[in-house]
Amino acid sequence: MIRATNLTKLYGARRALGPVSFEIADGETVGFLGLNGAGKTTALRILACDLRPSAGSIDVGGVDAIAEPHEVRKRIGFLPENPPLYMDMNVIEYLTYAAELRAMSKADVKRRMPEVLEITDLKDVAYDVIGTLSHGYRQRVGVGQAIIHQPKFLILDEPTRGLDPVQIVEMRNLIHDLKQNHTVLISSHILTEISQTCDRLLVLGKGQMLAEGTEDELSGRKDDIQKITVMVRANAKTSDPYRGEIKSDDSEKKDKKDKGIENPGNKDAIIKLLTGIDGVSSVSETFQTPDGMTFSLTTSKDCRAEVSRAVIDAKLDLLQLEFSRSELEGTFIRLVGGGGGNASN
Amino acid sequence: MRAIKIIFRRELASYIRSPFSWVLAALFLLVNGLLFQGFALGQGGGGTLSAFVLERYFYAASGSAIFAGMLLSFRLISEERQNHSIVLLNTSPVKDSEIVVGKYLASLTFLAILLGMSLYIPLMLKVGNKITFAQILVGYLGLLLLGSVSIAIGLFSSALTRYQLVAGVISAVLLLIMLFLFQFSKQLEGGPREVLGEMDMWWIHFQQGFMRGVLNLKDIVYYVGVTYFFLLLSVKTLEAKRWQ
Repeated sequence: MIRATNLTKLYGARRALGPVSFEIADGETVGFLGLNGAGKTTALRILACDLRPSAGSIDVGGVDAIAEPHEVRKRIGFLPENPPLYMDMNVIEYLTYAAELRAMSKADVKRRMPEVLEITDLKDVAYDVIGTLSHGYRQRVGVGQAIIHQPKFLILDEPTRGLDPVQIVEMRNLIHDLKQNHTVLISSHILTEISQTCDRLLVLGKGQMLAEGTEDELSGRKDDIQKITVMVRANAKTSDPYRGEIKSDDSEKKDKKDKGIENPGNKDAIIKLLTGIDGVSSVSETFQTPDGMTFSLTTSKDCRAEVSRAVIDAKLDLLQLEFSRSELEGTFIRLVGGGGGNASN
Repeated sequence: MRAIKIIFRRELASYIRSPFSWVLAALFLLVNGLLFQGFALGQGGGGTLSAFVLERYFYAASGSAIFAGMLLSFRLISEERQNHSIVLLNTSPVKDSEIVVGKYLASLTFLAILLGMSLYIPLMLKVGNKITFAQILVGYLGLLLLGSVSIAIGLFSSALTRYQLVAGVISAVLLLIMLFLFQFSKQLEGGPREVLGEMDMWWIHFQQGFMRGVLNLKDIVYYVGVTYFFLLLSVKTLEAKRWQ
């Protein structure tokens, strides 16, 4: 477990981070989310013992990172924003150097090297000089140095930065594989990257912890707002979808009348039907096509079942039903208040 | 000790791989050869004593040793900062002192290789002339110690900034100050004059000692002490940077 308590970093008089406190459990994949300059890199550099905090304490697996940084460094693998590479070394030489610096024996390095080359998919370029590799491969070499000593905790600062779309997908897959054996901390300002990779998010802004929790917890944080989009069409056999005129038999008419829907193909009638469902706060029509009408429902809970039942009971065709919580993007913008941190990393 | 060895091996391999090092080696040998021909042999005509020629050779070679030491060292840490590779060292269980000593020893070893390659000059002079191996060895020890101070100053400058050019300028300025302390001391009187004069890295300790084949313990202690001082400053600078 990593436990940071009142972590603070000052650059001169300027506060770049904190005080922030958080905990990361073993086996978790946690994302540090924040705009540029929010303090993500500073926080990760402190956790990796690259930087000393101005105040606060860090406990990594029961070891005090301030008092015993070397012990912590053995347990942590760190991939900074710019991978720490030596352009004149080849991949094997470099990874061996990184492993030896982490106090691995020659025999352990020899045993571990094929595994790392396999995980990072570097076998084909194992003897290539790093300076000749593409950006994507260099990033992989950076990951390789971070995992060569089999650290318990893996810290990746903007791991997909500067990668092309194919390389981003490959890196995401690599991180997904790494999650199986490491507690992973990832920083990014790319929301999709974080949401697809992490179990839990820590949102930083201007050096402060703005929120923490799972994506669902963060999204549902304010008033538990959810949205349901429903597309319906009045049954072709019984009604005219354009005019909403009812052509059903008497028993159906009676049934609908009982439910308060005398004219279910009519927009206002459908809005009335949907508004009456328990949990639905408001209904608005978004658009109408020859196929049917689409309505947007704001709800305070997940009431998909009730909506679908009501539509079908009203003898309407249910063409589409989509449920969404408020988007992470919206949550993020709301949390950081639309403004970024100005503190430098 | 383990980390020093690992860093030393990497840095030395980096020197051996780098074209810059071999261009420097070629220039070092060329300049030393030209100075030997034009400066050491050229003055005093054919009747000059071999020992005096050797002294003049060491006089000239001291400049190249100082310059080579500076060029070998001023990039050592600043380049790592600029390339971000310093993070690998900073996040490994390695002490700052081990980083500094590993790099220093690699630079010193490469300088020793350069000096070793120039040994043919005094050895040529020895053939059929009355100079001793001891005079050659003492002179070369002096060159190595001068280079050692130069490397330590270069390393310290390199630890101060991420910009190699700035590190190079700081290194050159510090070396010039150290080389002209004796001249500055002449402006003073009494104790301060003596102290400042003794702190000079060339006039007192090299020119009046190693260059003439005279081995003084105080000169060795001086060079080792100054080297230690600047290496210590480098370590403290690295430590301080972690707090910034």
